[in-house]
Amino acid sequence: MTEIATDIAFQCTGLQKRYGDVVAVDGLSLSVRRGECFGLLGPNGAGKTTTIEILEGLLAPDAGDVQVLGLRWASDEHELRQRLGIQLQETQLADKLTVEETLKLFRSFYRRGRDVSELLQIIGLEAKRTSWVSTLSSGQKQRLSVACALAGEPDLLFLDEPTTGLDPQSRRQLWGLLERFRAAGGTILLTTHYMDEAEVLCDRVAIVDKGKVIALDTPKALIASLGAPRVITHHGTLEDVFMARTGRHLREE
Amino acid sequence: MNRGGAAHPLVELTLARLREIFREPEALFWAFIFPILMSVAMALAFPSSGSAPVPVGVRQGEGAEALRATLAASKVLAPRLVPAADESRALRDGEVDLVIVPGTPPTYRFDPGRAESRVARLVLDDALKRAAGRADPWTAVEEHVAMPGSRYVDWLIPGLIGMGIIATSVWGIAFSIVQARMRKLLKRMVASPMRRSHYLLAQLLARLLFLLPEVAIPLLFGRYVIGMPLRGSLAAVAVVSLGGALSCGGIGLLAASRTKTFEAISGLINLILLPMWIASGVFFSASRFPPVLQPFVQALPLTAIVDALRAVILEGAPLASREVMSELGILAAWGLIPFVIALKIFRWR
Repeated sequence: MTEIATDIAFQCTGLQKRYGDVVAVDGLSLSVRRGECFGLLGPNGAGKTTTIEILEGLLAPDAGDVQVLGLRWASDEHELRQRLGIQLQETQLADKLTVEETLKLFRSFYRRGRDVSELLQIIGLEAKRTSWVSTLSSGQKQRLSVACALAGEPDLLFLDEPTTGLDPQSRRQLWGLLERFRAAGGTILLTTHYMDEAEVLCDRVAIVDKGKVIALDTPKALIASLGAPRVITHHGTLEDVFMARTGRHLREE
Repeated sequence: MNRGGAAHPLVELTLARLREIFREPEALFWAFIFPILMSVAMALAFPSSGSAPVPVGVRQGEGAEALRATLAASKVLAPRLVPAADESRALRDGEVDLVIVPGTPPTYRFDPGRAESRVARLVLDDALKRAAGRADPWTAVEEHVAMPGSRYVDWLIPGLIGMGIIATSVWGIAFSIVQARMRKLLKRMVASPMRRSHYLLAQLLARLLFLLPEVAIPLLFGRYVIGMPLRGSLAAVAVVSLGGALSCGGIGLLAASRTKTFEAISGLINLILLPMWIASGVFFSASRFPPVLQPFVQALPLTAIVDALRAVILEGAPLASREVMSELGILAAWGLIPFVIALKIFRWR
């Protein structure tokens, strides 16, 4: 095995995962540096969630190798879980616990990390401290969910479609939260199907389609690679990059 | 260890579960109010009827009123006139246990399959013949014994307590796990450094803490409002309840180990519990089942809980008695085997 460079946050090579006849991930390789914000961009069913769940140690790949923070899931799961922050798509936190109780619960799982009061302040929900989760708006719920992932002061944050279904203001609040995490030296991997999100947050973006990486670069370079003719009507976006590479729209079902 | 204002994960998980229970009004109703309502309803429906006059009907017609007066004079019968057209309905609904048609000799109409009707036949026959001047060769000395605890409601309350224990164990644990799985909360927690054993242990711990009020309320209600005797020690009641709750917790865990929807878990739990409501002797004695079924009936966890509770509460059996110990043995088996299987096949996603 190659020696892992210390500035690598995580890397995977030749990941494969199939469900019956469907190949969800097809020989995918990535390498992300510490301090980077990396985006997996692609339509629904592209294999983004499967990929991130393999990296999170929640799914075992059929083939391929995964190293996270220089460790492996098979041998170092407990250590890794202490150092990762994971936010899943579609998790609904318990309705009848308060914001503070929810944070305490998740904070209790980590041997070190932030104080609950600090977490409340980070996500701007001090006023909602004693409110039941069921009374929160979807943006507040999502911030709480990210705060649960931040409870152990992780080195690396995995976010699966963190802003799907949020209104523009809530999205921007969440972006601010993530930018502050990065500014403090954290690494982020996020999946999204919003181009603007990837353009605002990510240093580099991998465009994933049918379980493969079809393009990987900085958002700027990807858009520039389109060349002049494609961007006559508007400012070029990652959506255009996806269309140029696949001939399909990113948000086609 | 610095937990940033949080307690030990086992404490936080248990507290979270308890909060969820106590913030769910339906759960509180089923656990605390329902057994009391049931006891009250049962006490009203089945009053201790030892010396109540036996209700009999007299078919309307010639001589009916005279016959009714004769029967009423006996004090042990509560006769009433019944029109011929209404007779069958009155018998079927149990308004009267027997209908007498005046005549020489009179006709007794009753269902010999009903114990009450057989009693009515004897009492009525006796009263009529005495009134007609029958000379008895002798009269037995009657010694009336009042046995507190022999009323139906006394016998029923331990059954209801047992039924509550198993229902809350199975429903509470299984529903909470399936809900967490459906909401992807289970997966989210497994993605954190939470220890899986802590999660499962917290479910059991919360369930056991919940047990205290759940058993104490109907027990106190039965003791002080209904007048049910409490002959055994409270410690023995506590141990039996604890054993029952733990044992059925394993069953709840097994039911929830892979189930993904509320519909599936509801069906599964009803399949487990409903036969026990009938077979385990909550409402009528399990000994009524034919001998060939007895080994199955006696091996059910609810039968074990109910029998042990009745032995302790009504008969004052000590914990170390053979009867109670053998029931606890059955509960231990029910606790252990499903628990081990559940751990093996449990899906955390």
